[in-house]
Amino acid sequence: MQIHNAMETLRDLERDLKNMREYYESGITKEASWRESQLKRLRSFLLEKEEEILNALLQDLGKHHLEAFRDEVGTLIKSLNFALNNLKQWMSGKKAKLPKIALLTSAEIVAEPLGLVLIISSWNFPFGLSLEPLIGAIAAGNTAVLKPSELSPTCSAVLASGLYNYLDKKAIKVIQGGPAEAEQLLHQRWDKIFFTGSTRVGRIVMSSAVRYLTPVTLELGGKCPAVVDSLSSSFDREVAVKRIIVGKFGTCAGQACISIDYILVEKRFAPVLVELMKVWIKKMFGENPRELKTVARIVNKQHLFRLKNLVADPRVQESVVYGGSIDEDNLFIEPTIMVDPPLDSAIMSEEIFGPLLPVITLEKIEDSIKFINSRPKPLALYVFTKNQSLQRRMISETSSGSVTFNDAIVQYAADTLPFGGVGESGFGNYHGKFSFDTFSHEKTVVNRSFLTDFWFRFPPWNTHKYHLLEVAYNYDYLGLLLLVLGLKRSCKRKSF
Amino acid sequence: MADMAAAIISERMQFNSEDASALAKELRVGFDSGKTRSYQWRASQIEALIKLTQNHEEEIVRALYSDLSKPHTEAFVHELAANLSVVLIFVLSLIMAVEEPRRVFDAEAASSLMKELRGTFASGKTRSYEWRVSQLKTFLKLLDDHEQEIVDGLLSDLSKPPLESVVYEIGMLKNSCKVVLKELKHWMKPEKAKTSITTFPSSAEIVSEPLGVVLVISAWNYPFLLSLDPVIGAIAAGNAVVLKPSEIAPATSSLMAKLLGEYMDSSCIRVVEGAVDETSALLQQKWDKIFYTGNGRIGRIVMTAAAKHLTPVVLELGGKSPVVVDSNINLQVASRRIIAGKWGCNNGQACISPDYIITTKDYAPKLVDALKTELEAFYGEHPLESKDLSRIVNSNHFARLTKLLDEDKVSGKIVYGGERNESKLRIAPTLLLDVPRNSMIMNEEIFGPLLPIITVDKLEESFDVINSGTKPLAAYLFTNNKKLKEQFVKTISAGGLVVNDTTLHLAVHTLPFGGVGESGIGAYHGKFSFDAFSHKKAVLYRSFLGDAALRYPPYTNTKLRVMKALIGGGILGIIRALFGWS
Repeated sequence: MQIHNAMETLRDLERDLKNMREYYESGITKEASWRESQLKRLRSFLLEKEEEILNALLQDLGKHHLEAFRDEVGTLIKSLNFALNNLKQWMSGKKAKLPKIALLTSAEIVAEPLGLVLIISSWNFPFGLSLEPLIGAIAAGNTAVLKPSELSPTCSAVLASGLYNYLDKKAIKVIQGGPAEAEQLLHQRWDKIFFTGSTRVGRIVMSSAVRYLTPVTLELGGKCPAVVDSLSSSFDREVAVKRIIVGKFGTCAGQACISIDYILVEKRFAPVLVELMKVWIKKMFGENPRELKTVARIVNKQHLFRLKNLVADPRVQESVVYGGSIDEDNLFIEPTIMVDPPLDSAIMSEEIFGPLLPVITLEKIEDSIKFINSRPKPLALYVFTKNQSLQRRMISETSSGSVTFNDAIVQYAADTLPFGGVGESGFGNYHGKFSFDTFSHEKTVVNRSFLTDFWFRFPPWNTHKYHLLEVAYNYDYLGLLLLVLGLKRSCKRKSF
Repeated sequence: MADMAAAIISERMQFNSEDASALAKELRVGFDSGKTRSYQWRASQIEALIKLTQNHEEEIVRALYSDLSKPHTEAFVHELAANLSVVLIFVLSLIMAVEEPRRVFDAEAASSLMKELRGTFASGKTRSYEWRVSQLKTFLKLLDDHEQEIVDGLLSDLSKPPLESVVYEIGMLKNSCKVVLKELKHWMKPEKAKTSITTFPSSAEIVSEPLGVVLVISAWNYPFLLSLDPVIGAIAAGNAVVLKPSEIAPATSSLMAKLLGEYMDSSCIRVVEGAVDETSALLQQKWDKIFYTGNGRIGRIVMTAAAKHLTPVVLELGGKSPVVVDSNINLQVASRRIIAGKWGCNNGQACISPDYIITTKDYAPKLVDALKTELEAFYGEHPLESKDLSRIVNSNHFARLTKLLDEDKVSGKIVYGGERNESKLRIAPTLLLDVPRNSMIMNEEIFGPLLPIITVDKLEESFDVINSGTKPLAAYLFTNNKKLKEQFVKTISAGGLVVNDTTLHLAVHTLPFGGVGESGIGAYHGKFSFDAFSHKKAVLYRSFLGDAALRYPPYTNTKLRVMKALIGGGILGIIRALFGWS
């Protein structure tokens, strides 16, 4: 019976996708008016169902309403407004410069939609990571299937019903489910797969994309370091610490691909930094953070145990200087700081993805470059410094998806910057115009007239034609003229 | 004579599959002994071959006369001279390589090569503007110094007409280099990005950084261009690069290995020659980018290998690029441009050459006539003899093409050409009219000098024909009808479109060159090559000043209200939020 059902769902899926392809081929989704109306309707969904969304995030992840609005609803509205304001400009073709020799020829680059795309998103920012790419897919004129994560089921359900009610259901579809459903989806033909998640699943996604040569964007994670220079002004220190704490514990309790994974600091400055962090954690989250409900909870038991195991290593346990309490029943882990846990421990080799913050001390802050380069390329690098030469070195001597100076997480909200990884942290990027590009094919269009043609383009070949072509290729207009008039003969090459 | 032929036939009949397997076994034992791998053995065999041709010249000429009625002088000139010169070049390259006898390039060799290049890349050497420029200038010098050798290599691999070699391979490469040398400084500059109110006050830029160590696997049809154009991009972007040229164009492959070894910085630019084994050894490594030009089958292998290491890929593939021909156009110009793009590009062995034509039933005869006339004007009455046409690359491809041509439902559709010469690997430019849509020739990429024409009642139907197949790398339309042009641009998805010409977009460096769907992933040429080998790193500079308290816990309802005002764009809310007056 179960097998029968599975077959049935597969047949349904294939039929649905076929219908979506036909709908795409009808050309409706390519119209600017369709794209605009869909983006506006998506905005209405966010505005009208805001409370439902915020509650779903509270239920699945214990995200505070303000955090949920700041990182998901609010950011999405901003992105939608940006897309709506710029859509016309993005859609208009770009003229390409041509050499003068190409008389009566024009060329442009036209952005065309790819077709039917698949977006697989993640549980930690269930709305942001689902809808931010969807905005790009719609803006570029595609039909899209979204598979939200089964680990945030309330949010997935809100997305499914919301998009069904608000958007064109012939073009946008939400399919809920876990690994089995994802696998079934990955067997289908897509024109693009946009995946946010782990490197392990990223490999599976890319491998299954091979069958139809589907281009993929992989938004993965990695251990994002925050390099903290020995800041001299107490004001700067305070601001840096506030930003670090929000960038770690205030973004889904560290369960974010760009949240700070660990800190690199000079040995002599470490105690100052740690003490200041303790003070501000208390100020922000209270003496008993679990009761204030400002820090999100861990998504599920499995992840809680994973994090618990990271701290269970006695050598790591010893290094804890703040927090460390774990409430298994309520899936809550207190903001925790540790100083110099061993570098070969699991906490320093795996992505932490939770509210544990190792502080690694170095002799000199410049040593951080070597430290970063000896590990896989992170999605984000944060550097708190006013030292401009250190800033320059960080940019040119390390590699990461992005570099943010003196802040954390905010780069996610910058529409004008590409957001994406490099190396182990993924490839491809999105946000703003980059989302539009990610879901578009840049088609070259050259327009020629029948009027101008150079006889020397055509065989039979001889030396004279060769010289003409040579000067034409070098845009040597005078030479061309002289050759045509028979006033010039070069004799570099004797014969053909 | 008859007896001799009979003897040969009877001998052939006796040579059955058992014999074949015994022979193969014997040869395999010989091969496995490693005997054939040594330089000494190879050189001795080639010397023997030269001796054979010298000592038995007359016999060979006689045999050629009896088989093909070849005039003695022509036979001598074409067969022997060509063979001898090719052999000599080969021997020469072997002698040059003798200082370091070629070992098998296995996974171990690949991994030590990778380690070495990673070391160089990590030293930062390839990142500097000066290094990039000096390498590209050296490369220009290489092209200038060795033009004749390159032309000869292409002549030996493909009988490519020297003019095609100079213009489409060497010329294009020089152009690519010059564009980079002119623009590189500008490309390397971080691109300023506007910052929005949400991150105010801040400044932002996008920095192009090299990816690291990259692999370029290229194709045999434009062995120089398709190998070195991506390499130019990789160098321009500051990467260390390994090139694996195609083994199907051996002379150019070994020439590139030799010349790049001599001229370029071998601590970060390398050529690995070889076939399947070498390629698999290379693909096992973790690259920071793989740039592949070729077919979809190997493209899939490349992408599968890349998936293991999460390596981004560029796949430059092909497909059946259609040409739609409207009536009331300048037919002579159109025909010439179609011919230039088809047979004038390596005899149709190019990924963007026209694969088939679609035109209306009424117009087809006129088009066929015009094409015939121009073909004769270009290549004469005996195109098999024309020096302005490349040959088919090897006997496998020759067999593949003749199979397409000899299919029952296709062979009767030839309206021009069809001649072939198996020993010289030549096929004449061939036009086929009204081939059935379900024939092999209409379902595979042709990649050769055969051009089928299919007809429709109304030209608009041609768009449905194109869209019913996979997305091609290029699509061409000849028309004066503005509405048709617009419809073409709107409905046809392909890597690139050209109206009233063919293949031209390849030469324009301001246009991205690459496929979509089955015709590939990613694009290159000019700035796009630089981008293909760069990571666009977002860099955001924030000051410690100007912080909105509403970002930080403890969270209050007032903070939420202000934040909404901020997102909604209420100016008072923004001012209050920015300065932290919550």
